[in-house]
Amino acid sequence: MDKLREKAAALLADGTVTMVLGYEEGTNKPRPLFCHTAEQASKLVYSSQCINNLAVYLTKKEIMGAGKVAIIATIPTLRSILQLSVENQLNEDNLVVITVTDKDEVKQFANFAEIEAYIADFQLKLDGKEQEIITKLEGMSREERFKFWMEEMSHCFKCYACRAACPLCYCTKCIVEENRPQWINPWAAPLANMEWQINRAMHMAGRCTGCGACGDACPVGIPIHLLTRKMMEDLAPEFGFTPGQPSKNGNALSTWKADDKENFIR
Amino acid sequence: MNNNNSEFEPKIVAFVCNWCTYAGADLTGTSRLKYATNVKIVRFPCTGRIDFMLLLKAFAQGADGVIVSGCHPNDCHYTSGNFHARRRWITFRGLLDFMGIDVSRIQYSWVSAAEGAKWADIVNTTVANIRELGPYTEYQKVADYLDKEDYNG
Repeated sequence: MDKLREKAAALLADGTVTMVLGYEEGTNKPRPLFCHTAEQASKLVYSSQCINNLAVYLTKKEIMGAGKVAIIATIPTLRSILQLSVENQLNEDNLVVITVTDKDEVKQFANFAEIEAYIADFQLKLDGKEQEIITKLEGMSREERFKFWMEEMSHCFKCYACRAACPLCYCTKCIVEENRPQWINPWAAPLANMEWQINRAMHMAGRCTGCGACGDACPVGIPIHLLTRKMMEDLAPEFGFTPGQPSKNGNALSTWKADDKENFIR
Repeated sequence: MNNNNSEFEPKIVAFVCNWCTYAGADLTGTSRLKYATNVKIVRFPCTGRIDFMLLLKAFAQGADGVIVSGCHPNDCHYTSGNFHARRRWITFRGLLDFMGIDVSRIQYSWVSAAEGAKWADIVNTTVANIRELGPYTEYQKVADYLDKEDYNG
């Protein structure tokens, strides 16, 4: 941890970056810290408890206009950064990506290609609890699944924390704010909640990197990350992607192959 | 739910592309082929234009089944609209099934401008299939939630 603080302080002191995005001690778990001076860098912490995906801030206009920034990235954050980079949302010259390795060493990446090589060693896995819910849902009849999701969705009160927490939800105008036509009703009713989640999942199709930030952000604990997660895993073999790794040849829905397989079109 | 099957007339909405299926449906008429009258055809420039939200809106507004149809692969008027659409439907279908929405109520098909008979067959079999399944009250109940105070899941 000392090495990380030193590194951040050095970057800030010699003017390489104007800000370091990291974590500080929070109430229950570490929370994001925006470090502007070398003194503030002493507050930085890093542990397995750091679950906020800091990549979400990289596309905010306040940070994009802040000059060069450094980000202390966990493995899921690195995945998100890679996906953002293939979507041309990041400027490599304006970003310093730092991570802490298993051996507690501070590693600074020279470019996105290096991140990709580093990430390749980490397999994307579902937590036992999440796998349990997916297995449970797969064993259910269709009616039971519908009931399960309607019950879960009935808790949603449309705070859009899932949207705010997701690094890949960076549209400047979201479909829920679209009112010509009003695709999704703004109030929290079962149909509107479900339509919102279907839209979110469809917009994430083939882009989701499975960080689980949406599910963590949900204040009522709806397992919404399973929707994007399940799609990610289903689509990967279908279209030849690797889950958790960005596809350089375009996203699932922006590209196509003449021999895409399906068996339901007559 | 299916008690009144003999009286139940399914409402079907068909989203079709202008260049193939719409012309194909036209051919069905000019060929004097009879087919079920339960279908309401909505014409789109291309299957690539058919947003997945339109299907959900159709169900929410009381459709019991949906047909989505366009040009065969490689026949798209805009070269690749139907290829994009096909990917979208593969993706969408998996998600709907995972959420417990009845994907068997959505019939996808490729009908060219020369396949008037195929169009009649698609409509007839879809109507028969939906008649079997009964009205999609499960979804409509959710859609009407704000109108009915006695909703109990």
